Amino acid sequence: MTPTASSAALPVSRLIEAFNKLPGIGPKSAQRLTYYLLRAPQEEAQALAQAILEVKEKIVLCSICQNITDCDPCAICEDGQRDRTKICIVEEPLDILALERTGSYKGLYHVLHGVISPMDGIGPDELKVRELLARLKSPAEVQEVIMATNPNLEGEATAMYLTRLIAPLGIRMTRLARGLPVGADLEYADDVTLTRAIEGRQEV
Amino acid sequence: MTIPKVYKTAGIVLRQRRLGEADKILTLFTPNLGKLDAVAKGVRWPRSKLAGHVEPLTYTSFMLARGRELDIVTQAQTIEVFPTLREDLERTGRALYAAELVERFTPERQESYQVFRLFLETLRRLATEERLDITLRFFEMRLLGRLGYQPQTEQCVVCGATLEPVTNGWSVESGGVLCPACARTAPMSRPLSVNALKMMRLFQKGDFAAAARVRTEASLESELERHLREYLLYVLERDIRSTRFLETLRQTTRHSTPAGGNVL
Repeated sequence: MTPTASSAALPVSRLIEAFNKLPGIGPKSAQRLTYYLLRAPQEEAQALAQAILEVKEKIVLCSICQNITDCDPCAICEDGQRDRTKICIVEEPLDILALERTGSYKGLYHVLHGVISPMDGIGPDELKVRELLARLKSPAEVQEVIMATNPNLEGEATAMYLTRLIAPLGIRMTRLARGLPVGADLEYADDVTLTRAIEGRQEV
Repeated sequence: MTIPKVYKTAGIVLRQRRLGEADKILTLFTPNLGKLDAVAKGVRWPRSKLAGHVEPLTYTSFMLARGRELDIVTQAQTIEVFPTLREDLERTGRALYAAELVERFTPERQESYQVFRLFLETLRRLATEERLDITLRFFEMRLLGRLGYQPQTEQCVVCGATLEPVTNGWSVESGGVLCPACARTAPMSRPLSVNALKMMRLFQKGDFAAAARVRTEASLESELERHLREYLLYVLERDIRSTRFLETLRQTTRHSTPAGGNVL
């Protein structure tokens, strides 16, 4: 317990402690949030408490794509408009939000819930890889698998590993293009990114 | 305080950990300052100008500013990248294993130039050589030597007798090789083949090229791996996490037979 928390009333210090555990929230922010809620109307606190409980009670993993959802299968997997021949593999549910924001992808997804990280002891067994293979092996609807893991060492390793597993199934495999981000400066780009950008250049 | 606020060092990125929303803590292995942690700000943003230079297994020149707890990366420029370590899973897995050994074995901020040289050479070999497992065994043996844990392979560790070209004993508790007589009375000793002993001596005394020239059977390679792994685990007293991934890789590929050289 932080010294400032222990001098406050017990329920107050308990809430400060609870906020303090959240990512990105230090002791000062935790105090500020707590005192804000103390002064806020009853309904606002009630709504927050309710929202937190509902997240824990109602949210499950979609049995098909492993995305977080409140109905199973999730809205994307249920959507008849989407292209069922494509599956885009992402590391985290948040990556789906980012891709959906673009509106330029109409296929399905698969969430791995992490990335292969040998030094942390995280291998394929800790990820939703078995579920992915089961999806790909069942009736041959899928024609393309898009690797959208992050373009860093662990993301690349994960993509390579999955490629190795999926290649024998004869499904087309693609990887998101890697190169210069919009608005960037060439002079600050690293060698790997620049090499990829040159390799992946396109007709104008 | 005589230590400057901003200082420059080269270093190989051993690993990254996420910090807050967009930052990462890098564990660097430097030639003169040993292992140290530093914060790279904002490297999870797509437009970060640092991100590409601070990826694990890159050799980079850093400008670091002293922070309250951790130093902060202010500039980074790649010195040497190893593209094949990123593009070939067999190489990636082994390079991460070597990085984990360095991370586990070296103390923070203690000069270990010899280990740095060894690690850099090992990354270059893992990026180019065909004999990846021999590269790792050579690295393991040399690492043990440079850290002061060199296994004794010349005489029997217990009685000091000269070792004959027969099946001897390997005992991590005793710190090396036992003659057959001593091995019989040491409950934890394992049989060590003549060829494995020869390879171990070559790893300790010879150069890498000599070790890589020797053609080794799969059974000898796995014997060497087993013995050295056992020794490392005994010294570390902890698990080596990335071995599990190497195992996973092994299950998904068939062994390719190495070409050339004289058979041992």
